[in-house]
Amino acid sequence: MDNSTSNLKKVLVPVLSVLLGFLLGAIIMWVSGYDAIAGYKTMINTAFINPQTGAINPKSIGEIFVTAGPLIFTGLGFAVANTAGFFNIGLSGQALCGWVASVWTVLAMQGMPKLVVVPVAVIVGALAGAVAAAIPGALRAFFGTSEVIVTIMMNYILLYVSTHIVNNVMSESIIQTKGVTKNVGLEGSLRTEWLGQISNGSRLNLGIILAIVFLVLVWFLLKKTTLGLEIRSVGLNPFASEYAGMSSKRTIIISMVISGALAGLGGVVQGLGTFNNFFVQGSSLSIGFDGMAVSLLGSGTSVGILISALLFSVLKLGGQGMQFAGIPPELVDVVIASIIFFIGISFIIKLVIDKVIKDKKAETIDLKPTPSNENNEGGTI
Amino acid sequence: MDLSTIASLVTQTLIYATPLILTALGGVFSERGGVVNVGLEGIMVMGAFSSIVFNLSFAEQLGAWTPWVGVLVGGLTGMLFSLIHAVATVSFRADHIISGTVVNLMAPSLAIFLVKVIYQKGQTDNIRESFGYFTFEHLSKIPVLGPIFFEGTSLPAYFAIIVTIIAWFVLSKTKFGLRLRAVGENPQAADTLGINVYAMRYAGVLLSGFLGGMGGAVFAQQIAGRFAITTISGQGFIAMAAMIFGKWNPLGAMASAIFFGFAQNISISGSNLPVISSIPAVYLQCAPYVLTILVLVIFLGKASGPKANGKNYIKSK
Repeated sequence: MDNSTSNLKKVLVPVLSVLLGFLLGAIIMWVSGYDAIAGYKTMINTAFINPQTGAINPKSIGEIFVTAGPLIFTGLGFAVANTAGFFNIGLSGQALCGWVASVWTVLAMQGMPKLVVVPVAVIVGALAGAVAAAIPGALRAFFGTSEVIVTIMMNYILLYVSTHIVNNVMSESIIQTKGVTKNVGLEGSLRTEWLGQISNGSRLNLGIILAIVFLVLVWFLLKKTTLGLEIRSVGLNPFASEYAGMSSKRTIIISMVISGALAGLGGVVQGLGTFNNFFVQGSSLSIGFDGMAVSLLGSGTSVGILISALLFSVLKLGGQGMQFAGIPPELVDVVIASIIFFIGISFIIKLVIDKVIKDKKAETIDLKPTPSNENNEGGTI
Repeated sequence: MDLSTIASLVTQTLIYATPLILTALGGVFSERGGVVNVGLEGIMVMGAFSSIVFNLSFAEQLGAWTPWVGVLVGGLTGMLFSLIHAVATVSFRADHIISGTVVNLMAPSLAIFLVKVIYQKGQTDNIRESFGYFTFEHLSKIPVLGPIFFEGTSLPAYFAIIVTIIAWFVLSKTKFGLRLRAVGENPQAADTLGINVYAMRYAGVLLSGFLGGMGGAVFAQQIAGRFAITTISGQGFIAMAAMIFGKWNPLGAMASAIFFGFAQNISISGSNLPVISSIPAVYLQCAPYVLTILVLVIFLGKASGPKANGKNYIKSK
């Protein structure tokens, strides 16, 4: 009984959070004088339907997976650090490192075969993210510095450094116009011809396949390996883990490194899959904070992250279409933020679920005597 | 460097420091009461947004008073917005970081959404009534110091300094301040003494919203002059850094906010100054953030901040 209730809650909390988020979005639309139902309808249509033919649009579906790829990686990155008990708010900066490093690598290796260039660029991108995350990890492990503040600060440092690199460090030969690198071309891209063809010319790329592979790998790492056990137990109780002979310092740094490498891979997929180049960013990458949201919504599990990354992609892409209905697409980000808010206050949602379930139990108990009453009545007649 | 260069450096530093001072003070109140507030950035955004909308709508009626009333409007909006954080963390036991991040995520998109609803475009027009510069009539005649500190200077900066002194007094000398700090250090003990932990924490967060909103409003009406998605970009986090740098003390927070204001000013207008113009911009831009990390590592280490900061208090029956 208890087990099924807690399983029910695990599913109900995110589902209710999503519904409440949409409800809040609808209320904001109504208050601002928009037709919320038409708004959401446009959103779904933009995400799935071809406006010309009215049929399901393979290109849109392809784009959903394009957007989901980086989100899965940043979501996984947040989940790994969170399992060890840390908030990696620096996913944006780490992903940015992966993005810059991988595009830079490909452009520097022009003329080499794709089978060499792409794997090297992917590894370099992951390493760049890992190094960016190792710094807050090491500071936390050796000095007890809050990783939250260090990662937030590093987001800004890396943002300015990336702009500096593109404008002043990269060689002229790989820059297209000021602040924008040249395209990596098909030989350095995660895109392949057949993936483009099956999705009717979308930007669909190997990134989503890589993401699914890593969903499995991270699940395996956390659930089936000694390192995973250490990460989980440090997350649950660092003092007890230390007492049991685990080095919490080592685990802190390793979990942050893995987290950063995953975020870096998110940047790689964004760079070599989605955009095929790097351009100067005005603010922290949205895949960082969205990845955090994806992970929280998916309660850090692989399946959960996959589902919520797809949901967020539908929201993001569909939201862009809402402007055709006259509704500012920023509304979608408000909906996403409120979904995380409801996840954040899941304590109160669980409380309400408990109440409802208890009331139902009470009802069933109340119902039981009724047949006997009827019998009595039957008897009296 | 002649006197006028120094004077303009001081004035510009004060101008950039003002929003940071007010917002950092907000952080002090929230965290002294035990609620971590990473949402200061989002609160600043709402303050900036509302003050600009107010300024554009009422400039004709209120004239030169518009930006000041705008600051009040920004403060009240920030306070209202911080209620989200207060309810989530104090009443609903949400994780403080998650809730603060929600505040940061929600604010820019909500503000731009509303800008589009109101003005049908992605950013507002420039305001016509901004703070401008102010000269203290008698003080400006003091030799050397007068021209540097009191001639063509920023009035909001002096307002922020006065607010800092009031904040310091409230926090360290009044019953309210004592109770707020007690709640941030040891909520159980405070509760035993009959202090309403929840009410005090609400007060701390709402004060942070009010001050942060004012900070955003000052930034928007003195530096940005309009509201766009990039108007507030990182100032809230620098303010948080200033609060930590200042060791959760209003006076310390003010001093470090002035320091960070100097750093921000240098990174923007440094190209006109000797020596500094030869340093690549990227170092100056990164300086406040790098310094924060260094300060955390070198000076603060493990034991820092109010003891119960970031911990939800659950009253046992």
